Amino acid sequence: MSEEKLVGIVLVSHSAAVAASVAALAKSLTGGGADVAVAPAGGTEDGGLGTSAELVSAAAASVDRGAGVAVLADLGSAVLTVKALLAEGDELPAGTRLVDAPFVEGAVAAVVTASTGADLAAVEAAATEAYSYRKA
Amino acid sequence: MLDADFFRRWMTAAAVSVEHEAERLTALDSPIGDADHGSNLRRGFTAVVAALEKEAPDTPGAVLVLAGRQLISTVGGASGPLYGTLLRRTGKALGDAAEVSEAEFTAALRTGVDAVMTLGGAAPGDKTMIDALVPAVEALGESFEVARAAAEEGALATTPLQARKGRASYLGERSIGHQDPGATSAALLIAALAATADAPDTTGTAETHGTTGTMGTTGTTGDADV
Repeated sequence: MSEEKLVGIVLVSHSAAVAASVAALAKSLTGGGADVAVAPAGGTEDGGLGTSAELVSAAAASVDRGAGVAVLADLGSAVLTVKALLAEGDELPAGTRLVDAPFVEGAVAAVVTASTGADLAAVEAAATEAYSYRKA
Repeated sequence: MLDADFFRRWMTAAAVSVEHEAERLTALDSPIGDADHGSNLRRGFTAVVAALEKEAPDTPGAVLVLAGRQLISTVGGASGPLYGTLLRRTGKALGDAAEVSEAEFTAALRTGVDAVMTLGGAAPGDKTMIDALVPAVEALGESFEVARAAAEEGALATTPLQARKGRASYLGERSIGHQDPGATSAALLIAALAATADAPDTTGTAETHGTTGTMGTTGTTGDADV
């Protein structure tokens, strides 16, 4: 494990408040783990509800440490925007992956896993696994 | 043959149409969506026109790729990545040819529509833009005008459908009875295409566009009021 090269996490929500809050929640649960770069990309650039491709690109660039970037998204257009950016090819850092996971639970799993120095595949697996935890 | 100027004029016509119809699109998006379809698309197509005036790509493919890129980055709702993907994939399928035939364009647009279906996971009958785009592509082999009518008909036919994609799908049966805003804006896009084909020169001047080739008329296609 390289100390520097942790997987970065981007949280894309329709709401700036949701993205920022989930990022704060996930980071606060890493305990003594390494300091994972987590960037929220919530809402539109003018502060409205929606998805901004520019904010997503900027957030991904800001957390890229060379070990890949895991992106979690909440609703329809957030997911579609990330997929479209990935299809563009050069809009997101190399090694960026849209992770299929529940937003809050997946974010916590991803950030905590990344804080252990795990690679992108392990981070993705942990986030996806959050789906299997049934609540009722 | 269709050159870069044709596609620039299509995008400009689409922007004008979206501007005119923005309120209607948003009204359609109120009962079953989040009431921002018109304003979102207006923002996107305004950015498309501005980008095309600034960069003036000189191939049909480059015009559509640039337009799609603008929609992805500026719309803010699901229609951004969906329309953006439609135009980008269509543009990429056209390659770097200076001119394309109607048949080549039809094939490319089909590629674009397929990409939208893959991205959004929607099929015909789901009450989405696909319900206007698929019939339009099918009819495009006949003529632009038939495609326009087919898209319009497809949009109208979404009214009795129950939505199976997007926010409207959460409404279940309550989505029935409302024309889909995405199918409606898709019909506008195809109508703008037909209008562009019908009126080779909408810049208000009588000048001829470059007979062939792509140089010359780039950049300032007149003072079209967009």
